[in-house]
Amino acid sequence: MTGGDAVALEDEFAPGGTGATAWTTGRIITKELPAPHLVRLRLHVEDRQRHWPGQHYLLRLRAPDDYTAQRSYSVASDDSDPLVELLVERLPDGEVSEFLADVAEVGDVLEMRGPIGRWFRWDTRTPALCLVGGTGVVPAISMIRAARHLGRSDLLRVLAVARTPEELPYAEELARAGATIAFTRHATSTRPAGPPTAAEVAPLLAGAEVAYVCGSSRFAGFGEELLVGSGFRPEAIRVERFGVTGS
Amino acid sequence: MPVTRGFSRRRAEPPRRLPPGQYDVGAGWPVLTAEATPRIARESWSVGVDGLVERPTTWTWEEVQQLPRSSYQGDIHCVTTWSKFDTLFTGVSVDTLLEAAGPLPEAGFVMAHSSTGYTTNLPLADITDGRAWIVWEHDGRPLTAEHGGPVRLLVPHLYFWKSAKWISRLELTAEDRPGFWERNGYHDRGDPWLEQRYQGDP
Repeated sequence: MTGGDAVALEDEFAPGGTGATAWTTGRIITKELPAPHLVRLRLHVEDRQRHWPGQHYLLRLRAPDDYTAQRSYSVASDDSDPLVELLVERLPDGEVSEFLADVAEVGDVLEMRGPIGRWFRWDTRTPALCLVGGTGVVPAISMIRAARHLGRSDLLRVLAVARTPEELPYAEELARAGATIAFTRHATSTRPAGPPTAAEVAPLLAGAEVAYVCGSSRFAGFGEELLVGSGFRPEAIRVERFGVTGS
Repeated sequence: MPVTRGFSRRRAEPPRRLPPGQYDVGAGWPVLTAEATPRIARESWSVGVDGLVERPTTWTWEEVQQLPRSSYQGDIHCVTTWSKFDTLFTGVSVDTLLEAAGPLPEAGFVMAHSSTGYTTNLPLADITDGRAWIVWEHDGRPLTAEHGGPVRLLVPHLYFWKSAKWISRLELTAEDRPGFWERNGYHDRGDPWLEQRYQGDP
């Protein structure tokens, strides 16, 4: 990996390349549980390819009888980081997330494939807005770190939403980066509890050419409507949503 | 490839109907969308078949309701590894639309277009002979906007990104051109049984 060169990624990436990525392995270098429902892994990935902020990796677990389970997780680290950082939300009965939370240890080797995704990624030079909620903050963290590394933090605005402070991953890093933070069920000295309002999002929109919305399906729907209702062009919105709906 | 220390199969055997690398999502139905969900009124929706056809044809909501109904009952598979068993979708067979439009002999591929600008490419053979539908009902209820309502394409034997939401147009072409996800790293065909997920897969 190259690290310190402060150039936009696009100078070195050929957009529209083949995009083919092979399975490789990642060794867990650190594992933390920053909250009861979260697992933060930092991995050394063999034959690692460079990645754009916003991209994701697949992680595959393999049982002795060759049964496998795989899931995709957004990358929290930026390209200059020697390790790939993933933040995984532990889901009830989550076959992969429970394994990562309860069983996986430092030194374990996991199958990995990535980076994947050429749509929900930031090119590090276009003025952008992130509207992210819960564990959906992860790609915004990668973007924040890339922008800081390139000295272009002015390009990025982040509005991060969670129900309570305890449920906002990377809360300190978001605050340090100047993110606007909205708690839907927790009042602060400067803000009543509640979802972000059009008045809060309006100042973040000026000059933004692309918006990244990431979070639960319900959050993403809310975020899209907030942006479109504020006059942001729907075709400039890129969405990454997760979770199920029964409808 | 290495066995993952401490990981074991949770269930005795996965159902035979589960393609490799997939899991059963149960009653849920994940929503995966790359773009803002459009709110399209039935009255303003239409679908067209054009490109290499004898009679480019467009149907409004009212007109498409007059066509013979057709249902799909069975499983669907998403590239993000969930599968959903025993879904029931109702709409009209794509065969019915193609019959009206009359594909020209040189038409070998289809580009499905959504009203959002989303596209996905398919071999014509993958949407003929009772293997593809445009649908507006799921489990007897109107298809919700987040799942592609009022009308989406349904190609259940391929990964679900091929089943374009908010379908507006089927364009028949002689050559295969990549669509939205295919340009962004996904496989050109997307057969779940062959695990054709990403570019570079078999």
